[in-house]
Amino acid sequence: MTDTTPQKSVLKRVAAVPSLLGGAPQWVKVPLILLVLSFCVYLPFLNILPFAYIRTDLRPNGSDWSTVLFTIALYMIVAVGLNVVIGWAGLLDLGYVGFYAVGAYSIALFGSPASPVTKAIAAQFGLPEGWSMAFAACIPLAICIALIAGVILGAPTLRLRGDYLAIVTMGFGEIIRIVMRNSTWTGGPAGIIAVPEPPAADEDFFNTIDVHRWYWLALAVLVILIWLMRRLEHSRVGRAWLAIREDEDAAAVMGVNAFKYKLWAFAIGASLGAIAGLLFASKQAYVEPNGFQLNLSFLFVAMVVIGGSGNIWGALFGAFLITYLPERFREFESWRPLAFGVALVAIMVLRPQGLFPNRRRARELEDRKHEAEEAAADA
Amino acid sequence: MLLEVKDIVLNYGKIEALHGLSLEVGEGEVVSLIGANGAGKTSTMRAISGVRGVSSGQISFNGENVTNLRADQRMRKGLVLAPEGRGVFPGMTVVENLEMGAYTRRDRAAILSDFERVFELFPRLSERKKQVAGTMSGGEQQMLSIGRALMSRPKLLLLDEPSMGLAPMLIQQIFSIIREIAQQGTTILVVEQNAKQALTLADRAYVLETGNIVKTGKGSDLLTDTSIREAYLGVA
Repeated sequence: MTDTTPQKSVLKRVAAVPSLLGGAPQWVKVPLILLVLSFCVYLPFLNILPFAYIRTDLRPNGSDWSTVLFTIALYMIVAVGLNVVIGWAGLLDLGYVGFYAVGAYSIALFGSPASPVTKAIAAQFGLPEGWSMAFAACIPLAICIALIAGVILGAPTLRLRGDYLAIVTMGFGEIIRIVMRNSTWTGGPAGIIAVPEPPAADEDFFNTIDVHRWYWLALAVLVILIWLMRRLEHSRVGRAWLAIREDEDAAAVMGVNAFKYKLWAFAIGASLGAIAGLLFASKQAYVEPNGFQLNLSFLFVAMVVIGGSGNIWGALFGAFLITYLPERFREFESWRPLAFGVALVAIMVLRPQGLFPNRRRARELEDRKHEAEEAAADA
Repeated sequence: MLLEVKDIVLNYGKIEALHGLSLEVGEGEVVSLIGANGAGKTSTMRAISGVRGVSSGQISFNGENVTNLRADQRMRKGLVLAPEGRGVFPGMTVVENLEMGAYTRRDRAAILSDFERVFELFPRLSERKKQVAGTMSGGEQQMLSIGRALMSRPKLLLLDEPSMGLAPMLIQQIFSIIREIAQQGTTILVVEQNAKQALTLADRAYVLETGNIVKTGKGSDLLTDTSIREAYLGVA
């Protein structure tokens, strides 16, 4: 990483904060990362006992293992994105499924020859029957639409604090779904079919049977996004988020335009959600409004909070737990809501900072507790 | 005048905290604003730094009307607040807090020399570079808050209650450091409850009572003023 800011060099010299593998030398780090990655790539074929017990398709009615892996990777992307909003910028977004839906519908509306939008465009410009936008063009388009959606939602609402913001974002998530269901240009409740798959040299590479290929795609996207977000966390933008989260007034007094950086967090989070949505729609080859229910938003928030908000690895772990466990232990399916509720309460009581918290977030929580105690003692 | 505050009114909801307050700070001056608890000292600092908007009145800085600028915009013009102790970033280390002070600057070499300067002024901070601010004592946090503000090379340094919650010995120490900062050429407006220290320090001073300026004069004159002595210095 190049050192462009003086802050960073000073930081490295006197106050390097250790992180996961932070102290390990390069020759340990690189092979270790490669090892973990190759294991992840190999996972769909894992067949050696006793390790194969982690598979979800050992029982006759178990879920397809590759599909589960794909969903885990997909939700990990979501968790990484939502971690930017909740963990770093400190904004509680309960409508994140809205951005996920925006991404999914972007590719469906513009990439599927069966969508009303592509049909209208084709008719308008005299394009041949069955025209649709290329998959590659749909990616930047989906990101742009999500960015705009993020700004549209954020600009009027980010001046709200805490709970109010949560309520408004929750409404946003519902609005997106209801608009999709009730508009004719989105295919209404029936949704849109023939969402395209990514292009590949072998035309059949991404199909419905070899799901592990979809998993690999999601994994690759996830790795790239983790790398990007880590760069972002240690940039000036990341530092600004940290300052805003810790003390918004003090951040302003130090020259940080809180509104601008919050909007950035929202927009960046939105585009990551959209990328996940796009992958989801492409894999399903089909979107419908019911796939974007409000409870999905809560699940996303739970991933970040249980894992430990502010820490990418925590968010990833949260996404893994919440996606994998219910699939692995399908036999206890009817107990799922109860287990989920108990787990949530237990985490909030025993470990409010999450399983793998960000060190700073844990300290902020501690600090706030002290302040509350002092205030209570004064009263 | 570097800072001109004219007839500002500040409201918290329906409660009016400042009722048309005016004050001035000239280039190179050290000005104190003294007053009891609840007189509106912190409100004045919030209004001047832009953390809270005023409902009427005007604030000019360096000949420019800054009344409608946000806090971060005012800060970029050199109007920098050192909030009272709790205003440091609790989860950041000492160095990271100081780095936040230099957030708007890009002149790498000068920033490094300012680090040295702050550590010279506050040797205590240089011993605790890696310590997390939230775990430090009140006095150390206060020093950090002042040091952080200095890192931005302010034209006018606004100090909000630097003695708040400190032991008498530390108060003396903090004030001698403030004096040193002033001698190095920084203009300072300090708001204080500790009238004796604030008046000794200041070229000029204002006395604030329930949202109004009730008295103004040279620091040394106010120190000997009978009514001030009675009300703020605890001597008859």
